[in-house]
Amino acid sequence: MSPEPAPASRSRKLIAIAGNPNTGKTTLFNVLTGSRARVGNYPGVTVDRRIGEAIIEGIGEVSVLDIPGTYSLVAHTAEEQIAIDAMLGLDGEPRPDAVVICVDASQAVRGAYLALQAMEFGLPVLVAMTMMDEAGKAAPDAVRMAERLGADVVPVVASQGRGIDQLRLALRKRLQATEQRTTWRWQPSDWLQGRLTAVLPALPAAWPNNQAMALWALMSVEDGDELRGIPAELRQATKLAPDEQKQVDSEAIAARYAWLDREIGPLILHAPDRRRSEKVDKVLIHPAFGFFIFVVLMLGLFEALFVGAEPMMRGIEDVLGACGSWLKHVLPDGIFAHFVADGLFGGFSAVLVFLPQILLLFTFLGLLEDSGYLARVAYIMDRPMRAMNMHGRAFIPMLSGFACAVPAIMATRTMERRRDRLLAMMVIPLVTCSARLPVYTLIVVSLFPAGRVFGFLPTRGLLMVSMYVFGMLSALFAALVLSRLLPPLRRHGLPFVVELPPYRRPRLRDVLLMVWDRTRRFLLDAGPLIVACSVVLWALLDFPRTARHPSQDWDAAIAQAAPTDRPQLEAAKESERLQQSFAGKLGQFIEPTIAPLGFDWKIGIGLIGSFAAREVFVATMGVVYGLGPDKGEESVSLRDKLRAEKRPDGKPLYTPLVGLSLLLFFALACQCSGTLAAVRRETGTLRWPAFLFVYTTTLAWLMSFGVYQVGRALGG
Amino acid sequence: VSLPEAPLKKTVLVQAVEGSRAFRRRIMEMGLVPGTHVRIVAAAPLGDPLTIELRSSRMSLRRAEAAKVLVRG
Repeated sequence: MSPEPAPASRSRKLIAIAGNPNTGKTTLFNVLTGSRARVGNYPGVTVDRRIGEAIIEGIGEVSVLDIPGTYSLVAHTAEEQIAIDAMLGLDGEPRPDAVVICVDASQAVRGAYLALQAMEFGLPVLVAMTMMDEAGKAAPDAVRMAERLGADVVPVVASQGRGIDQLRLALRKRLQATEQRTTWRWQPSDWLQGRLTAVLPALPAAWPNNQAMALWALMSVEDGDELRGIPAELRQATKLAPDEQKQVDSEAIAARYAWLDREIGPLILHAPDRRRSEKVDKVLIHPAFGFFIFVVLMLGLFEALFVGAEPMMRGIEDVLGACGSWLKHVLPDGIFAHFVADGLFGGFSAVLVFLPQILLLFTFLGLLEDSGYLARVAYIMDRPMRAMNMHGRAFIPMLSGFACAVPAIMATRTMERRRDRLLAMMVIPLVTCSARLPVYTLIVVSLFPAGRVFGFLPTRGLLMVSMYVFGMLSALFAALVLSRLLPPLRRHGLPFVVELPPYRRPRLRDVLLMVWDRTRRFLLDAGPLIVACSVVLWALLDFPRTARHPSQDWDAAIAQAAPTDRPQLEAAKESERLQQSFAGKLGQFIEPTIAPLGFDWKIGIGLIGSFAAREVFVATMGVVYGLGPDKGEESVSLRDKLRAEKRPDGKPLYTPLVGLSLLLFFALACQCSGTLAAVRRETGTLRWPAFLFVYTTTLAWLMSFGVYQVGRALGG
Repeated sequence: VSLPEAPLKKTVLVQAVEGSRAFRRRIMEMGLVPGTHVRIVAAAPLGDPLTIELRSSRMSLRRAEAAKVLVRG
């Protein structure tokens, strides 16, 4: 998680690449660096910091930094602040020796706005005019644009590698130039000038002391912003009345656009030809067709995650299981072999089993994003999502949550604001994931009769569907409540202004690089925690290796028994061992807290085991009840065992009411080490996963408690 | 009038941008400054948000926020 260290010797030059979103910045970065990037995190925020190496003739090897897409250097949130920090070399960031601003050739005026801002700071700016092929006649003449702008403009088509040599040449020139001057294309009014002069002395010593920095502070610093490293003195100096704030913003922004419209605007001789994209949009965001296609696409995504990933997941488990068995066979028998084969390989399997869904979801997301459709998904789903104070982009992560919360939580990265990401992460685990399905099936089929409601609706089927609806509703309800109660999740006045970029053919290479990046970082960042959890759980369930207080001499009994009776005795021995294991002790220890929900300590063991993954509950219960570990949710003997289990007073333990209580507990409690590890990785803190665990477990306990106690009072 | 009141697909001229500072700054920096031509292209399948076109690019804007943009026919 640690940020990439700044180059110790600044002999190696640094080039930063910035620009509006959807301007082909990442493609240009990949082409310049040969796709070899080191990916880290900016300190304090979970935004990728990608840095790579490129060769510039006459200069040698240089570092290239990919700055997240932005429309402006002005910042309100910590995420937006990255652009200014990275471009100016503030807050521990190395100062770039050249800044390449990517300007979409068909959006030259708006793209040049960012270049104008950077030049006001005196940054060594170079404009890469991207997607020249798409712009066609709409692209302004590069030579004349360069003259007017006062910075080199290099036309490129990064996806085809065109113009890259010229860009390298211009970079070389830029890096060798020494002159550095600030360029303002507009004259602040006397009033604004007075304000800027007043702010200058309050700027921190480490910041450049110029008017551009003062203007940045006036436009960025305000009550309720989320900026880092703003001293109180500067806060004081930038305090403005609300109408003064608007006056500053209006003056600066309007003056820059007035210059751009006057100088750059006339260079654009033709409007870009968007007919193809508009035709596609006519269908894709059409009130009826558009919605239909949207539903079909989302069902496809869901199907792929839910069903398509299954064989791969099974394959991974089988291969790792076989490796474990082989190791057990090869290694000298003992605790070490046991640890490696079961504990460690179980842990690896617990991590790798997430890979198929991560690969599928991120490939899909990458294709949607780069084609421009992801912005339309947010657009189509904004209305319903907003009702829960969520962002339209939270829809795909929520939908993916039906398959598995782990990739779903990783997918929240497609949202730019931390608040939106956090809220989605806090509620996605409530959505019914596929790992809960075996548990639900076991409980529903064992404890509820196969009858029909109203004569035609199957009771069990109805109950299963109800659990899915319940999960969805509780997620939506939690979003509504959390976004009102918790300050970091509260809805700010942050606007929903989303660009709908033209449809483009995604570049498979860029998508696969992104997928590889995500996968690698999941393995490295979340993997160790999942393995550690898995090993701890394995140790709890598997130690001590033999029951302390055996009810009989099992080995002797097994040796004497007829071969056909042996498996049953083995299972009974293992059941007694598990009941006396650390997990068994822990189950008995927590029994007082779960007894009011109708659970006994044996269910407690199952709950502890399910922490590794929810479906483990089924296998654990199989062992607890002496049926061996390979009983699935379809096992008839496990169902019979559950139905036959009695409380000390002779009444049946598993009544439909206990079943309902157990279903609700599983629906709500975020008992999943993988999910918690993913949240830790995405938020960069332990605070949020801890909060998630505590709030969902409390909610689950209260819900089960209420239902069980009320049900008992009613005679259930 | 405010932008959502403008007739569908009719190009209008931005006169003023009101609303919260964050919204104002964001949308103005994306090029929607007074004097810019803008038109509503469509509404989302569920009625909100709107697709608007300005400076030959398209973006989506919620009705409540678009109401803060004052335009002239």
